[in-house]
Amino acid sequence: MSNNIATTPEELISKEYTAGFVTDIETETLPPGLSEEVVREISRKKAEPEWLTEWRLDALRRWEKMEEPTWAHVKFPPIDYQAISYFAAPKGDKPKSLDEVDPELLRTYEKLGIPLHEQKILAGVEEEPSQPRVAVDAVFDSVSITTTFKETLKEHGVVFCSFSEAVQSHPDLVKKYLGSVVPKTDNFYAALNSAVFSDGSFVYVPKGVRCPMELSTYFRINAENTGQFERTLIIADEGSYVSYLEGCTAPMRDENQLHAAVVELIALDDAQIKYSTVQNWYPGDENGVGGIYNFVTKRGTCRGARSHISWTQVETGSAITWKYPSVILRGDDSIGEFYSVALTNNRQQADTGTKMTHIGRNTKSTIISKGISAGHSSNAYRGLVRMNPGARDARNYTQCDSLLIGSECAAHTFPYIESRRQDAIVEHEATTTRVSDDQLFMCRQRGIEPEKAVSMIVNGFCRDVFRELPMEFAVEASKLLEVSLEGAVG
Amino acid sequence: MSLLEVSDLHVRVADREILNGVNLEVNPGEIHAIMGPNGSGKSTLTNTIAGQEGYIVENGDLRLNGTNLVELEPEERSYAGLFLAFQYPVEIPGVTNMEFLKTAVDSHRKQRGETALSSVEFIKNMRALVTKLDFNPEFLKRGVNESFSGGEKKRNEILQMLCLDPKVALLDETDSGLDIDALQVVAKGINEFRNSNNAVVLVTHYQRLLNHVVPDYVHVLLNGTIVKSGDASLALDLERNGYAWLEQDNSP
Ligand SMILES: Nc1ncnc2c1ncn2[C@@H]1O[C@H](COP(=O)(O)OP(=O)(O)OP(=O)(O)O)[C@@H](O)[C@H]1O
Ligand SMILES: [Mg+2]
Repeated sequence: MSNNIATTPEELISKEYTAGFVTDIETETLPPGLSEEVVREISRKKAEPEWLTEWRLDALRRWEKMEEPTWAHVKFPPIDYQAISYFAAPKGDKPKSLDEVDPELLRTYEKLGIPLHEQKILAGVEEEPSQPRVAVDAVFDSVSITTTFKETLKEHGVVFCSFSEAVQSHPDLVKKYLGSVVPKTDNFYAALNSAVFSDGSFVYVPKGVRCPMELSTYFRINAENTGQFERTLIIADEGSYVSYLEGCTAPMRDENQLHAAVVELIALDDAQIKYSTVQNWYPGDENGVGGIYNFVTKRGTCRGARSHISWTQVETGSAITWKYPSVILRGDDSIGEFYSVALTNNRQQADTGTKMTHIGRNTKSTIISKGISAGHSSNAYRGLVRMNPGARDARNYTQCDSLLIGSECAAHTFPYIESRRQDAIVEHEATTTRVSDDQLFMCRQRGIEPEKAVSMIVNGFCRDVFRELPMEFAVEASKLLEVSLEGAVG
Repeated sequence: MSLLEVSDLHVRVADREILNGVNLEVNPGEIHAIMGPNGSGKSTLTNTIAGQEGYIVENGDLRLNGTNLVELEPEERSYAGLFLAFQYPVEIPGVTNMEFLKTAVDSHRKQRGETALSSVEFIKNMRALVTKLDFNPEFLKRGVNESFSGGEKKRNEILQMLCLDPKVALLDETDSGLDIDALQVVAKGINEFRNSNNAVVLVTHYQRLLNHVVPDYVHVLLNGTIVKSGDASLALDLERNGYAWLEQDNSP
C-alpha cells in the first residue's frame, strides 16, 4: 500500500524480536539423544527419589510406543527426537542467593525487563510503592535460576519454588498431584515431557489464603539444539486464590527448537486460580526459518465445589503453537474460563483453543478467543465443549472472533460440541473481520501512521481478553502485539 | 496565497474518469459549499484531496498552503492541516473514542515537535469540548463509532475536527441524517471552529445547514466539473429549481 514503511527484512527482524540475543555463558548439556540412560541421568542430576525416576521411565517406555499427532492444522517437517539435547544448564551449583548468580545471567534478565531484585517491580510500570509486587521464578534452559520473594510468601504459607526444589521439599504434594490432571500418556508431547521434564514452577496455596502477590515464571531458552520441557504444578487449596503468569522468550536461531511443557492446575473447594500467559518465543524469520515449536499441554481441574479456573493467554511468538489450555469442571457450581489472543504473522502457524469438560452440576464455562492473522500465517481455533450426563444445568458461552490483516493469511475455526444433556445451554458466536482499507484510511486521515493504526485496531479487537490480564501485563501484552505486527502493513 | 488550491484536477477511479478538470480556490476565513446531484463526484473530490487510495490523480494540481499534496501520504496531509469529515464514518470496535482522539492528537503534536499530553490533561480538554458540543461524555468511553447512530457518527466527526484544529476542513455531508437538534450542534461546532485563518468546505445537499453556516461561495459540481459558482443565494436557487437547468446549460 504505502511506500513510506519500506523496511528491509533484517531491520524488521531486529526491530521485531528484541529478546533474540544469546547469553554467552558456560553451559552443561547432555549430548543429543533420548534413551533410558538420558532419563536416568536427568533424574540423577536432580537427585530425585526412586519413585520419580521410575515414573519418568514408565513415561519414556509409553512414549516410545506413541505416534505424533497429525490432526492439528499445522505443517512442519518431522522432528528428529534423537538430535535434541534434553538437558542444558548453566555450569556450577545452583546459586543459593542472588549474589551467587552469574552476572551474565542477571544481565540477561535485566535486558528482558524481568526483575530478579526484590525491591523492583516489572518493567513498564512506574515505580510506586503501592503497586502490587510480583514474585518471579526464572527458568533458564533446563533449570531454575532463582525465585524471588520466597520469604514473604512463606509468611503466608504460600509455597513458590522451582519444581526440582518442590520434589525435595514437598514430595508428598508432588507425588499426590503430579500427573493427576495430565496423565503421563495423555498425548505424545505430554508423555515426552513426563520422561524428560527438567524444571518449572511449583505453587501451593494453603487453605483460605489469598496469595499476597502475583506469581510469575519466566522461561528462557538459551542453549542451542536443546528442547525445553518444563513442568508446572499449581495447587490451590480450599478457599484460596492465586494469580500466576508465565512469560517466555528465546534467541533467534535458524534451527527450530522444541518446547513441550506440561502445566497442571488443581483447584479445591472455593479456590480460584488465574493463569495468564504472555508467550513470545522466537517466531522464526519472515520466511519461516527458525523459531520455536511450542507444543504444550495445559489443563486445570476444578476439583472442588465452586472452584474457578481461568486461562488467559496472549500468544504472539513461536513458529508453531499447538496448545489447548483446558478445564475439567468436576466440582458442582465450578467455573472454567478461557480468554485467548493468538497472533500470527509472516509464516507462523497456530492451532490453539480449549476444552471445557462439564462433569459437575451447574458448571459454567466461558470461551473468548481472538485470532489475528497477518502475512502468510495460519491461525486456527479448535475448541471442544463437552457436557457429560451428570452435568445438570451446565452452560457454556463461546465467542470466537478472527481478524485478518492482508489477503495472504488464513483463519480457521473448529468448534466441537458434545452434549449428553438436553438441558445444557451451549451458545456459540463467531465472526471474521478484516482490517478494512476504510478503517486504515480514517486513522491515517487523522494523522495516525499505518502501523500504529493497525496495532490500535488489533488492540481494540483484543480488548475483551486484555481486560482479563493483570494490569502490568496488559501493558506488556499490547506492546508485544505492536512489535509482532511490524511489517504487517505495507 | 490561497489556503487550498485545486487546479484542473482530473481523477480516475478504477478505469473511470470521475473528475475532469475541477478548479477550486479557498482562501483563509472562507466557507465554500459544494452541491450537486448524487454521483456527480463530490466525495471523489474530497477523498482525492485527503489522499485515499484508489483515487488516481491523472492531471492537475492540489495545494494546501502552497504545499503540493499529490505526493503526500494521507497522514502527511493531515499534519499539513487537512481534515476530512467522512460521509460514511467507519467503526473501530474496542478502540475507545478517547484513545483514538488522543492517539491522533499525540501524532500531530509529535510532528510539531511537541510532547504528548498527559492523559489527565487530555481528558480535561476533551470534557470541556464535549460539554460545549452538547455531547454525552459517555461517548468518549465507547468504541469509535461503534453502534453509534448515523447522527452520532456525524457529531463525532465534528468533535474530531475541533480536536485536531485543521487549516482546511472538508465536511462531506456532515449535515445528512441529522435531527433538528443535532443539526444545531453540528452548525455550532462549525461556527466554533471557523476563524479568519482557516477554511471550511461543506459538501451538502440541503439549504438547511447553510442557514446556520452561511457560505461565501456555492459551487455546483456536475458530471465531474464545477459548472457554476455563486454566492449563498445560488443554494436557494438550487433548492427551488433543482439541477436540471444547469444540466442543460452544460450539455455539449
Ligand atoms: N471505487 C469506485 N469504483 C467505481 N466507481 C466509483 C468508485 N467510487 C466512486 N465511483 C463512482 O464515481 C461517481 C462519483 O461518486 P461520488 O461518491 O464522488 O459521488 P457524490 O457526488 O459524492 O455522490 P453522493 O451525493 O451520492 O454522495 C459515481 O458514479 C460513483 O459510482
Ligand atoms: Mg458523496
